[in-house]
Amino acid sequence: MQLIERSLGAIGAATLGFCTTIGRVILFALRATSHIFRPPFYGRELAQQLMQIGYFSLPVVGLTALFTGAALALQIYSGGARFNAEAVVPSIVAIGMVRELGPVLGGLMVAGRVASSIAAELGTMRVTEQIDALTTLSTNPMKYLVAPRLAAATLAMPVLVAVGDTIGIMGGYLVGTNRLGFNASAYVQNTTDFLQFQDIASGLAKAAVFGFIVALMGCYHGYNSGRGAAGVGRATINAVVSASVMILAANYILTEAFF
Amino acid sequence: MIDIKGVHKSFGAHHVLQGVNMKIAKGESMVIIGGSGTGKSVLLKCILGLETPDAGSILVYGQEADQGDRDAFLARFGMLFQGAALFDSLPVWQNVAFRLLRGAGKLSKTDARDLAVEKLRRVGLRADVADKFPAELSGGMQKRVGLARAIAADPEIIFFDEPTTGLDPIMSGVINELIREIVVEMGATAMTITHDMSSVRAIADKVAMLHDGAVQWSGPIAKLETSGNPYLDQFLHGRAEGPIEAVR
Repeated sequence: MQLIERSLGAIGAATLGFCTTIGRVILFALRATSHIFRPPFYGRELAQQLMQIGYFSLPVVGLTALFTGAALALQIYSGGARFNAEAVVPSIVAIGMVRELGPVLGGLMVAGRVASSIAAELGTMRVTEQIDALTTLSTNPMKYLVAPRLAAATLAMPVLVAVGDTIGIMGGYLVGTNRLGFNASAYVQNTTDFLQFQDIASGLAKAAVFGFIVALMGCYHGYNSGRGAAGVGRATINAVVSASVMILAANYILTEAFF
Repeated sequence: MIDIKGVHKSFGAHHVLQGVNMKIAKGESMVIIGGSGTGKSVLLKCILGLETPDAGSILVYGQEADQGDRDAFLARFGMLFQGAALFDSLPVWQNVAFRLLRGAGKLSKTDARDLAVEKLRRVGLRADVADKFPAELSGGMQKRVGLARAIAADPEIIFFDEPTTGLDPIMSGVINELIREIVVEMGATAMTITHDMSSVRAIADKVAMLHDGAVQWSGPIAKLETSGNPYLDQFLHGRAEGPIEAVR
């Protein structure tokens, strides 16, 4: 009987803890988002974050997209050959990259690179009292630290994913023309013929949401980091894990919405 | 000027402040001493609004600390943090002039830099330090930069949180002298938290001893050695026996 009570108690405590965290994250997101639209605006910080989050993530997103597009072309060719549908390789690579793999894999790679970096930076600032120092210097840390990161990630991710999509399609093209024997101009024609505006728009909308999630998780966990090196380490792990899980969950919800 | 009445603050089941009462007059240098974890830093953060007290009131110039224009309230304060808390991503001069580069009284970059260099000179640092980053400086130099930042906007009230922690005795003496000089020169009200008795003797006009979440003794520096307060005597002489429980 005691064991059942203890188990139920543990489940209840975990549920309450989970709901409390969800509530805290939502309040944090609302506060931070409201600061994006209210002056003063920190343009220099926004520009710096656009560079950090967007420009410096290009290599990792580009390489991921290149190899994914190339592998996708091989897989689709192999699967399509079973019912004489090898010709769909260019269009399926393009649609698959633009609608699904570009934003999701790009989001996950950026989550690994950016959420961890934001959480570690803000966590260190919390531990070394730099965030308290900002407040004593009449500067709102939410406005100075969090709002520019959220805005930059939301703006930069669609651009990153657009570049990644193009590179991914190029990966498919290289494999299609060099390895699978497709005619170069026919491959390009096939890609553009079947790709619709809605495919691109839904992929870029997903990317913006994923960018917001990545920055939000990095900022939330870093801003509320525990004490010491262990606290910063935990914040970094939590940021990457929660951002990755939330990206996959949001991807399903958005796919349903755009279906 | 700063009037603290019955301030309580708990973190979960841990009651850190349990009715702290304290008055600090204008231009006075108050030093708060006490063991680790007795709530000295928490008290300071409550005054600045970085922590919200559970009960009690904190009046600064007769105004409740958590009411009114927050920017105007904070503009009265300068603070030297324990680890200096310099912003790693900014060069030294931008750290010092941080407040002057933003907000209502914003200066041009050139003027802010000139003022930062002047403040750095005031704390004994050369102008070439201005363009370095905090990570390139020694602990003592970082404290000086933190001090320069604390005084950059000529605040009326300056807080010093463990100003000599982690410094060698000579550098500690230099920082203590600088603090005393600056506080006298600016006519500022100062509140210092420290365990370092050499800092207490160099900086204080008045001393308050915090233990068990309350002020156990408060009085002028001249009466420190003759207070007859068992808590203060044990702390001053570093004895393991006494009313302050020492964990071995």
